[in-house]
Amino acid sequence: MKILVCISNVPDTTTKINFTPDNKSLVTQGVQFIINPYDEMALTRALELTEAGGGTVTVINVGDVSTEPTIRKALAIGATDAIRVNAVPRDAFFVAKQIAEIAKKNNYDLILAGRESIDYNGSQVPAMIGELLGIPSVSICKSLKAEGNTVTIEREIEGGKEILSCDLPVIAGASEGIAEPRIPNMRGIMSARTKPLTVIEPIEVPQHSQVINYDKPKPRGQVNLIPADNVDKLVELLHTEAKVI
Amino acid sequence: MSVLVYAENSGGKFKKSSFEAISYGNEIARMSGSDLKVISIGDVSPDELKKPGNYGAKKILNAAADNLKSFTNQAYAAVIAEAAKAEDAKVIVLSASFSGKGLAPRIAIKLEAGLADGAVSLPDVTNGFKVRKTAFSGKAFADVTLTSERKIITLIPNSYKVVEDIKQPEMADFNPPIADADFKMVIKETIRASDKISLPDAELVVSGGRGLKGPENWGMVEELAGLLGAATACSKPVSDANWRPHSEHVGQTGISISPNLYVAIGISGAIQHLAGVSSSKNIVVINKDPEAPFFKAADYGIVGDAFEVIPKLIEAIKKFKSAHA
Ligand SMILES: Cc1cc2nc3c(=O)[nH]c(=O)nc-3n(C[C@H](O)[C@H](O)[C@H](O)COP(=O)(O)OP(=O)(O)OC[C@H]3O[C@@H](n4cnc5c(N)ncnc54)[C@H](O)[C@@H]3O)c2cc1C
Ligand SMILES: Nc1ncnc2c1ncn2[C@@H]1O[C@H](COP(=O)(O)O)[C@@H](O)[C@H]1O
Repeated sequence: MKILVCISNVPDTTTKINFTPDNKSLVTQGVQFIINPYDEMALTRALELTEAGGGTVTVINVGDVSTEPTIRKALAIGATDAIRVNAVPRDAFFVAKQIAEIAKKNNYDLILAGRESIDYNGSQVPAMIGELLGIPSVSICKSLKAEGNTVTIEREIEGGKEILSCDLPVIAGASEGIAEPRIPNMRGIMSARTKPLTVIEPIEVPQHSQVINYDKPKPRGQVNLIPADNVDKLVELLHTEAKVI
Repeated sequence: MSVLVYAENSGGKFKKSSFEAISYGNEIARMSGSDLKVISIGDVSPDELKKPGNYGAKKILNAAADNLKSFTNQAYAAVIAEAAKAEDAKVIVLSASFSGKGLAPRIAIKLEAGLADGAVSLPDVTNGFKVRKTAFSGKAFADVTLTSERKIITLIPNSYKVVEDIKQPEMADFNPPIADADFKMVIKETIRASDKISLPDAELVVSGGRGLKGPENWGMVEELAGLLGAATACSKPVSDANWRPHSEHVGQTGISISPNLYVAIGISGAIQHLAGVSSSKNIVVINKDPEAPFFKAADYGIVGDAFEVIPKLIEAIKKFKSAHA
């Protein structure tokens, strides 16, 4: 199977988020960047599929040169080769257009992404690519199995799940449960340096949306500590003050 | 010109998050001096179908063709996009439910529309069209401007109140042609724990962490949740260890929720956990360690052993309920 995995370069999950004084961008100094955790699950599932049935796994990222360590990490985990579209992503539509453009030329059987990027939290890119390519998409996929030309997918729904089936090609957004991320081994890290990483210039895309301001939620007030032997007090506060019961 | 809202149903009943989206759309229609239209897809009874009229809908489109009985992302997106064109909708609102998240990007491509996903409040239309959404997994907000002619918004469940506004809506069947290619994905099976309150929609949530020691101790968590009418949730290590299903895992790599009440029992409050729950309106933390980081993010706290505090809390709520029955 010929698989494309979309990887986003995001701040490590432990990062304390801070913005520049104009509130337009993230302060990246001292921030460790990683493969978006869901994309790492997607990558692992892709490797499992090709290990079982043969094929290649190409990773793609839309980003400037600063994302290359993240791309190399994906190669170290086991991807065959990589593509970087040389542009700072403007919005999900921009990213989806770039990836769809490349996918059109390469006839991938399966495209995997993450359910959302943990920085922008859009959940937009995979379904947009699906629409641009005219193929089915599942935005939040808990399990994906392939048999011949048919895939069976578990999709998360409120209070349960759906089992879906379709023929390839398809695009899915990986979520918790699809695979356990892998840690690259020494051989992987060594070979990653020489695996092909192709840089492609972006195509022109009209802009529909723009982030103009970031800010942080207001901190909560001081916690109201209630003695453990007076839980009645908590119930009363939840009724009279929080008004939730 | 109009505002179009997709009213998602579950088993033939509109979801609460759909009424939130309708009320939200109604306010945008009011602000922009246009009409609110609602589209329903699938099997919904005639009585249920009229309900959006209680929340401001002037027209309700009913797409109930046989092949639309079960959710297919591509076909549903095609129907909503066609409805937007037919009704000249400039703003399209969906709930940021699992299905809504899958539909909105496809509709955005079809209509060449900008998409603001995960809105937490009404758009600001004083100067352009600005929507506030969560970013960095609850650690921040982003203000996004949409500059396209048509605009799509998905609304986070529990972030906008349902507001009554009684109208006498026009009812119309809607049957646009849909390509066969839009039915490539087939549902084999739907598994629903019908007796449980669904976590993403829940107004109250009781959640347990590793401090509960093992799956056998979830009885008291479920009892507490049952008494409150709350959904149950858990931290990541708990679902990783298979004490609880993955669908209950909240946080950065699980689901994000914003209920009115989040009760965290035996959860330390790691940054990745907080990422998914920090937008809850009220947070109660029960932890035996007074230094647990979660207390810094809580409104109410009890320092104590969950195995002593929870049974007492259950009794206190029973007492409260019988006094207020
Ligand atoms: C990439 C990444 C993504 C992650 N994503 C998530 C995520 O989405 N969600 C998530 O939850 N975590 C996530 N984590 C894990 C996170 O860092 C923490 O490890 C996890 O949240 C801790 O779970 P916990 O609070 O249940 O357990 P612990 O940290 O072990 O805390 C247990 C708590 O229980 C208390 N306790 C013990 N006994 C009792 C008792 N008898 N009564 C009362 N309290 C008691 C202890 O004082 C302690 O505070 C992620 C980590 C990484 C690296
Ligand atoms: N800049 C990017 N380059 C490659 N893939 C991306 C990029 N941004 C997002 N994606 C993919 O799209 C998924 C969803 O992202 P988002 O729509 O931003 O929530 C991510 O998990 C990635 O798989």
